[in-house]
Amino acid sequence: MTVRRAVITGLGAITPLGLSYKDLWSRLCEGRSGIDTIKAFDASGFTCQIAGEVGDFKIRDHIQKSQRKTTKLMSRDIELAIIASNEAFADAGLVTRATDEANVTINPAKTAICLGAGLISCDLIELAPAVAKSISDGKFDIRKWGKDGLDALTPVWLLKYLPNMLACHVGITHDIQGPSNTITCAEVASLLAIAEATQIIQRGSAEMALAGGGEAKVNPMVLIKQCLNKRAIADYDGDPQDACRPFDAKAGGSVFGEAAANVIIESAEAAEKRGAKIYAELAGLGQSNSLNADYRHLEKNGKGLQIAIEEAISQAGISPEEIGLIIPHGSAIACDDTAEATAIYNATNGKAENISTLPTKSMVSNTGAAGGAIDVIAACCAMEAGVIPAAKNFNTPADGCKLNIPLKPVEKKIKYALCCGYTYGGQTAAVILKNIK
Amino acid sequence: MEKLTKNRVVITGTGIICPLGNDVETMWKKMLNCENGIGKTTIFDASGFPTKFCAEVKDYDITKYTKNPQLHQHSNRHSGFVIGACTQACKQAGIEIDSQSPADGIDRKRLGVYLGAGEGAVDNDNFFGAIVAGWNDENGQMDWKKWAEDAFEKMDADNELEQEPNMPAAHVAVLTGARGVSRSCLTACAASTQAIGEAFKIIQAGDADVMIAGGAHSMIHPLGVTGFNRLTALSIRNDSPDTASRPFSATRDGFVIGEGAAIIIIETLESAKKRNAKILAEIIGYGSSSDAFRVTDMHEEARGAVKSLNDAFADAGISYKDIEYISTHGTSTSENDSIETLAIKTAFREHAKKIPVSSVKSMLGHLIGAAGAAEMITCVLAIRDKILPPTINLNDPDPALDLDYVPNKPREAEIEIALSESFGFGGQNDVVIMRKFTG
Repeated sequence: MTVRRAVITGLGAITPLGLSYKDLWSRLCEGRSGIDTIKAFDASGFTCQIAGEVGDFKIRDHIQKSQRKTTKLMSRDIELAIIASNEAFADAGLVTRATDEANVTINPAKTAICLGAGLISCDLIELAPAVAKSISDGKFDIRKWGKDGLDALTPVWLLKYLPNMLACHVGITHDIQGPSNTITCAEVASLLAIAEATQIIQRGSAEMALAGGGEAKVNPMVLIKQCLNKRAIADYDGDPQDACRPFDAKAGGSVFGEAAANVIIESAEAAEKRGAKIYAELAGLGQSNSLNADYRHLEKNGKGLQIAIEEAISQAGISPEEIGLIIPHGSAIACDDTAEATAIYNATNGKAENISTLPTKSMVSNTGAAGGAIDVIAACCAMEAGVIPAAKNFNTPADGCKLNIPLKPVEKKIKYALCCGYTYGGQTAAVILKNIK
Repeated sequence: MEKLTKNRVVITGTGIICPLGNDVETMWKKMLNCENGIGKTTIFDASGFPTKFCAEVKDYDITKYTKNPQLHQHSNRHSGFVIGACTQACKQAGIEIDSQSPADGIDRKRLGVYLGAGEGAVDNDNFFGAIVAGWNDENGQMDWKKWAEDAFEKMDADNELEQEPNMPAAHVAVLTGARGVSRSCLTACAASTQAIGEAFKIIQAGDADVMIAGGAHSMIHPLGVTGFNRLTALSIRNDSPDTASRPFSATRDGFVIGEGAAIIIIETLESAKKRNAKILAEIIGYGSSSDAFRVTDMHEEARGAVKSLNDAFADAGISYKDIEYISTHGTSTSENDSIETLAIKTAFREHAKKIPVSSVKSMLGHLIGAAGAAEMITCVLAIRDKILPPTINLNDPDPALDLDYVPNKPREAEIEIALSESFGFGGQNDVVIMRKFTG
């Protein structure tokens, strides 16, 4: 038996740049940013008051009639994941029970799902009336909560906030009965989910997989964690659109956002047999850990990320100079940008100086568990178009940053693209995509 | 084209911090003695809650397990537990911890981590306090400015960070220096079975030599118990906590929430031999599926559970007839125990009633994300000691549930192949098959 080759045949994304992956790509090309003052709630008391928010949508418009009542059980993270999954299947030319129950073209038992998800915060406004019933002498009283507060919550309250509910709802919508996993590695979750789905296809545990991730980070409880840990930007000059500056000397912190992004992965053989459009082959995967007891940040030398990139390049069987595009994590947190730039430089034996490197978070924002999948989609689009968009908010390289970040769009045929990522906590990942055209 | 590698995968270390004790042998002795780890909830004041008891870890002291506790000083409850479980497992497997230059023969780039780990508890006082500060009950609105003012003043950065579900795996990496393939998953109550299953596949495919796999979770906190109480998933037998976890019994009324961490070290047979590690058992099969049915209920015909069983048999290259013991999910909820029995009957056909199946949750409580890994450890011990752990509190048999549940006392039995199964909310089904190692 041989290892099957895994390829990407469908893309789907809902991001601050638009409700489809085509919007994402066209706005990346235009250098548009989806970052603005927070509208979801009054953030005036926060150290960071800007975010990447998704435009208006109604989830009921994106769910087949027979499943519409399930929308009551969906947190925003789940809603975003549903919309991105619908687009990915449609883009791959596949029919699931969500679109036409009588003419389904996937094999549900041989379809897998692997999504990255964040720590979904419960909706505090939903919780508050129950808390209000549990106050003695102006303070929260846990005994009263147990007696009176708790009953004010809907019985299924918990099920809206379990991270695996993204994959479960998407699985129910499209009838996905194969392996289902939820990777909870924060900002590198969807890159790791894509890696796992690739391995599932390679080993033959499924014929097809939906992989990616989603997270709604524009939530007071989620945002305050990033503010308290000083990862969210606190000060910036001028327009919110110019605030997020990966690898720039003025990088002052991350700007968080909400999004979901999914891809369809299948074996090259199956994709060719059904005449599917192939965006890229998943040619190399690398995964490792940064070992820093300050769990907020990468090690200074970026070693844990370097190992992942080296492994991905080695698995792809290529030399670094064959890489035509790098999409880094680029969080715009200065020390992490420096560590990442060092990791990329070292893993490519310095060749990164000549490889166009496009950070996307300056435009898309840091969407947590959706981020890696967004970058994979952007890389697929760049390979298809033969264009690398210009970076936004990059003027002067940060100290020690020897990356080649384009100030103008670059037209070229990209044979291989590298997407890499990391998270607080320390898990790292890298994926090499091969343009097989 | 690259050849598909299929390494044999063996277990060389186990470690546990659980309500029955803070090491594997203590837990096992108590199980064979039919003891349970259940008692009044002490971690928080549960006296007003519908359920006032649970299975807590007792007397845990992280400083017994690592020379560098300061590297884990902010860890949430379950991340602390995982240090203890991991240290024990590494010691048994001969993996060095707390070392900048380990000399145990394992290349750190080939040592990975895969946990099924839960989120940490919220910072209760400050979490609820901020809601009180910000909520205006008269207009039904949250004043986010007031909320933020209170939250920024009182909430702690480290505490908030440590609630993230990838943190237990992060602590394991820092403890062991692991630089290989590392992930963390959270598929509700199936999480650590899935983590071990995926780690097994990573080693089988040659993507790592050694994996530290397992789970860590504690949902014994106000919001966790609130969630399960609202779902009516927890037993409310407050007058008799000792007998509250009664899987497969006609009078079962819900599960008993537990907590802990369980770690299994798995590696290629080649690596274990090279290092002269003692082999405890072999993992031979894994099956994973989803119900794609409802987030609130298991599929009525146990479609997903049966598929995960059949996929695991096929993966192991064995027949259902070869399985000699099943460590069930057996939660003591009405729904799980009925559907799980149906799944076993469907997948094991005429063989179903001949296989001893037990639920150690009757003694251990339900460790949620960590449950599957803990239960897999009991399978390794059952194979080793030729004895099956019982399902205690099975005094009112449910006429509809008629398998051999190993009721009320352990049973001597020489088994070679054991299966551990876990099912999670949302329709997550995971199965791992283990075999006695015979060279």
